[in-house]
Amino acid sequence: MHIVSHEVPLVWYLILSAVLFCLGVVGFLIKRNLITVFMSIELMLNAVNLSFVTFAHQWHEVKGQIFVFFVMMVAAAEAAVGLAIIIAVFRARSTLAVDRIDLMKL
Amino acid sequence: MNQSLHLWLIPLLPFIGFLLNGLLGRRLPKTIVSAVALLAPLGSFLIVLLASRAVLPHAETYGTWISTASFNIDLTFVLDQPSLVMLLVITGVGFLIHIYSVGYMHSDEGYWRYFAYLNLFLFFMTTLVLAGNALLMFVGWEGVGLASYLLIGFWFQKNSAADAGKKAFIVNRIGDFGFLIGLFLLIANFGTLSFSDLAAKIAANPTMTGGILTAIALCLFVGAAGKSAQLPLYVWLPDAMEGPTPVSALIHAATMVTAGVYMVARTHFIFDRSPLALSVVAIIGAATALFAATIGLVQTDIKRVLAYSTVSQLGYMFLGCGVAAYSAAIFHLMTHAFFKALLFLAAGSVIHAMGGEQDMRKMGGLRTKTPITYWTMTAAVFAISGFPFLSAFFSKDAILAAAFASGSLGKLLWFVGLVTAGLTAFYMFRLWYLTFFGETRGHDAHPHESPWSMLGPLVILAILSIGGGWIGAGRFGAFLSPALGTETEELTGSLEYIMMALAVAAGFVGWLIAHRMYHQRSVAAQLAAPAPAGYNLLQNKYYVDEFYGLTIVRPLIYLSKYLLEWVVDVAILGGLAWILATLAVFSGAILQRWQSGNIRSYAAWLALGAAVLLYFVLAPHVFGAPSLHLGMAGH
Repeated sequence: MHIVSHEVPLVWYLILSAVLFCLGVVGFLIKRNLITVFMSIELMLNAVNLSFVTFAHQWHEVKGQIFVFFVMMVAAAEAAVGLAIIIAVFRARSTLAVDRIDLMKL
Repeated sequence: MNQSLHLWLIPLLPFIGFLLNGLLGRRLPKTIVSAVALLAPLGSFLIVLLASRAVLPHAETYGTWISTASFNIDLTFVLDQPSLVMLLVITGVGFLIHIYSVGYMHSDEGYWRYFAYLNLFLFFMTTLVLAGNALLMFVGWEGVGLASYLLIGFWFQKNSAADAGKKAFIVNRIGDFGFLIGLFLLIANFGTLSFSDLAAKIAANPTMTGGILTAIALCLFVGAAGKSAQLPLYVWLPDAMEGPTPVSALIHAATMVTAGVYMVARTHFIFDRSPLALSVVAIIGAATALFAATIGLVQTDIKRVLAYSTVSQLGYMFLGCGVAAYSAAIFHLMTHAFFKALLFLAAGSVIHAMGGEQDMRKMGGLRTKTPITYWTMTAAVFAISGFPFLSAFFSKDAILAAAFASGSLGKLLWFVGLVTAGLTAFYMFRLWYLTFFGETRGHDAHPHESPWSMLGPLVILAILSIGGGWIGAGRFGAFLSPALGTETEELTGSLEYIMMALAVAAGFVGWLIAHRMYHQRSVAAQLAAPAPAGYNLLQNKYYVDEFYGLTIVRPLIYLSKYLLEWVVDVAILGGLAWILATLAVFSGAILQRWQSGNIRSYAAWLALGAAVLLYFVLAPHVFGAPSLHLGMAGH
């Protein structure tokens, strides 16, 4: 299959995906607020989703698309559970600073 | 092969009793504990009685224990004449002593524990006796040592009892060491440990004498000397009297301590080929008999007198073995089991009557207060002193006659045995007079007769002590000869009667002296009189314990403390451990920085790791140079 010339080149998508992923990693590493950390994780997941979709489009493979749905589903479930935990943590500690939440016990 | 006699039940029943009482006894009422404990030896005794009608010898194999290309050990039980005699004694006398124990131990806190141990002992002892090969015998051998240790230290809250248990165990280890070396030599030279195979292999080599057989026989005898308390390993037996008195009767008089005699008789085909080993056995036996009897002369603890008497009588048995009169030794073993068990049980009854007092100087006058104990003890005292037609008269005479008939060394040993017979009579009648005659010297004792559960066994054993000699007189040798070989030389005619008369005379002389010293003169005067020369030496048991303490125990302690503890343990092993520990601490101090507990630092390391991995995977593709081969880096 030929890549049609007026399309955006494949590598742009991949670079965007890598940039998003690195942003997610950096955000995860440097931000202190738990919600921001959480969002950074979502960012990483979606960066991966982007590369999945890119390759699925490239190889005309539907598996990549399906994987994306799985990832989104897991991410949604994770968001539900994670936000619940965050609320519980906030109620118990009155803070969302990651450095202060270093005990498994509430 | 004739029908099975189910010999395996004989050890199994006491073992079941041990398990039941040992595991559940604490929660069971006393009646059930006693019932379980009594039924086990009774059942075994009945099985032995049933089995005694079978054709002997009878072997039963239950499977293979050890199997290699060149060496096999089967789980075999053999019932032949000597093992039958031993089993009857062990289970029969054992059962009587169990009954006695019900009365003797009735108020002890460890009642269930006591009976569990006692049944465990019977399990191992019957295994030892029935074993068809030396290794299985060794299992029983070690097992009875364990049971003995547990029962000597039964009142472990008492330091002396715990120490006595340890002493018995350790001294026995020395003997067991010899036994084991003997077994290894047997395996190396004959490739089997089965008694019947060994006997056949040795019989097939009529020229094989001395040499390796002497070495094996002497090693085995070291084991026998340890278990049967012979010089120089007898020291544990007198201390073993710390255990409950029925235990002294069963284990340290009637059965376990005779295991050595039984073992020598069992392996007689080895000893028979080694005149040197036989001489050693005979000399050690005679020396022990005399040595222990002299110590017994002055002991004041009633049980210690009996303990030294046991050592002395065991010496007689070894004297019998040493002049190849194995059947006489086994005969004496049997009669000794009767009268010595009786002596101990009667002594237990006396101690019970005196409320725990064991010092004979504080007894006296018990004749009227404990009449049944008195009469049964009298029977035993007369029996052990070789009074005519009582049990030891026949068996001791058989040994002495065999010794006399076995050459010039035998004559000397016979004389030693004769002197010992006189000494035996002296110390037994001394005990008799001190305990039962004269005035009661105890201060606050209110002597009372024991319950019938204790007196019943006494009466039965008294009958056996009086009449037991007739079981074997003249017939015993013929009965045992298929298993133990024919008797050596027999004394004939008038000489035999002269021997008997001399032995009896020796006994009477002993009695007469004891009578003059302890009955005609008042005991109080006797005790106050200045001690004759040598009294202190005997009182202190020839300082043998002190000698061992100085030459063996003390150097061992110093060696352990200075070389093993300070040099080896503290300096070398401790130093090594310190180096390793310090290494661990340093590396831990460095590595713990990674374990900061900070999630973001973990994530950073994770990301860094992923990046590094990614670099190595991708670098060859991106930069075209296979800088590092990481498996997949090639394509």
